[in-house]
Amino acid sequence: MDAENVIATRELTKRYNGQAAVDGLTFSVRAGEVYGFLGPNGAGKTTTLLMLLGLTEPTGGQVRVMGIDPAREPIKVKRQIGYLQENMGFYRDLSGWQSLNYIAELNGIYGADARARIEAALVQTGLENEAHKKVGAYSRGMRQRLGFAEILLKNPRIAFLDEPTLGLDPDATNRMLEMIQDLCRRQKMTVLLSSHLLHQVQRICHRVGIMIGGHLVAEGPMQKLAAEKLGVGQEQYTLEEIYMKYFKES
Amino acid sequence: MQGFGAILRKELADHFSSYRFLILFALIAMVSLVSTYMVGLDIRHSLEGAAKPRFVFLLLFTASGVGFSLVQFVAFFGPLIGLILGFDAINRERNEGTLSKLLAQPIYRDAVINAKFMASVFIIALMLVSIVLVISGLGLIVIGVVPGPEEILRIAVYLCISIVYISLWLAVAILFSILFRSISTSALSMLAVWIFFTFFVSMGASAIAGALVSGSAADNPAAIVKSARIQNAILLASPMELYNDATSTIIDPMRKTTRKLLQVGVMEQISMSRFSGPLPLSASILVVWPYIVMLLALMLISFGISYAVFMRQEIRSL
Repeated sequence: MDAENVIATRELTKRYNGQAAVDGLTFSVRAGEVYGFLGPNGAGKTTTLLMLLGLTEPTGGQVRVMGIDPAREPIKVKRQIGYLQENMGFYRDLSGWQSLNYIAELNGIYGADARARIEAALVQTGLENEAHKKVGAYSRGMRQRLGFAEILLKNPRIAFLDEPTLGLDPDATNRMLEMIQDLCRRQKMTVLLSSHLLHQVQRICHRVGIMIGGHLVAEGPMQKLAAEKLGVGQEQYTLEEIYMKYFKES
Repeated sequence: MQGFGAILRKELADHFSSYRFLILFALIAMVSLVSTYMVGLDIRHSLEGAAKPRFVFLLLFTASGVGFSLVQFVAFFGPLIGLILGFDAINRERNEGTLSKLLAQPIYRDAVINAKFMASVFIIALMLVSIVLVISGLGLIVIGVVPGPEEILRIAVYLCISIVYISLWLAVAILFSILFRSISTSALSMLAVWIFFTFFVSMGASAIAGALVSGSAADNPAAIVKSARIQNAILLASPMELYNDATSTIIDPMRKTTRKLLQVGVMEQISMSRFSGPLPLSASILVVWPYIVMLLALMLISFGISYAVFMRQEIRSL
């Protein structure tokens, strides 16, 4: 595990009742990159994210997030990670502003510092006019942006985004993808993104890992995977073609 | 503890702004006020022209005016208060997907359950203290007797026991909200437990005692005592009985023991009536001390089980 890897796992395994959800996963994410985690539903992507966060204990193998073992020191790890979960839940009776304030308090951010961060996060996600509406009245796109604002507010070193564009309309999807790129470029955050919406991953990821049935079947920059699977010299390729090749083989 | 304060504040704000809290509070305040008012009128009527008896102020809480006293009311409806405050504590957050978001923040997992429990205990305390204060105020006006220092102390001890009693039911409700994913299932199982302890334990106690003590008990004093002992032992399983026992000599200083005595002979009755003065507070507490400890232990055990189950639960099932 070399020093510039912010996330590294070795032979990471998670079994639920004897069935392996994640099976011998070894991969690493470098500082400052956008890493796309691809795979069909039930491939073990979310389970991997939960183990990286220290919310689930691995059955076997090793995990290091910024050099820390999340199973042993989950608080230290959670301080460094912003997590946008799939189908994120919200407290419907709180306004957007109150939700963010709650997250700030849970992270030990209070007073003027909290207010400044909340305002900034609201402006960055374009929610400043909806800040005092109840979250129950938010549209799906707005909720997703509010979840994103929670990450901005926390300003962690790493962001885990689980299916961040699922269920969004094309305009909202574009906005979300731009915001993710911004995280990486402007705030120098490392982004680990899981998705099965391949053309979107293709647009913003530096490297991808394809996970099927709990195994990582391929990993690397897209050109490399394209060269391996579609033959050198193929100029036009989509991630979808690469992915389908791997998917059929496994 | 990291996160405890933040969660506690949010839970309290949630309680205060929720309709169920307002409805519950209004209901309990209404019932206790009406019954106290009736009791107060009754007491004033019977006290007219008489010298002030000792501990008359405590009668406000123990005399049953329109069918039940405040003490009985709390014993019966306490579980309902605990249920309403706790039955969806964890599974609501789980169903709405906010629990994993909460746990992804840098907080200890036990901060969640501790803060939720403490917030509800605070609400229970607030509810009981305000009701007792209002009743006392009303009592002052209606019967015009000022409570002495010992009466105030007794009321304070009674309040503490009641808070522990309702918190016990709260802990059970929170346990169900952890065990059952569905909110209605946890509410219904809580109701079932409540009904079981309210009705079936006392019914079952006399049935079992009757079955165990053979022969015709009516003309055999030894059999009567034996049957009463068995009943009492079985009734100890019910938190309601424990609560009744724990508060009995505290709020009613004229009583010498927690349960009704079996007075078999005439001589026994005469000898008992010779000691008709009230017990001092320290002696009252001494009499009910075992019951107070048992209530406290039950509360801690049920909270301990919730705590252990919650800490070990797999996040994927959250």
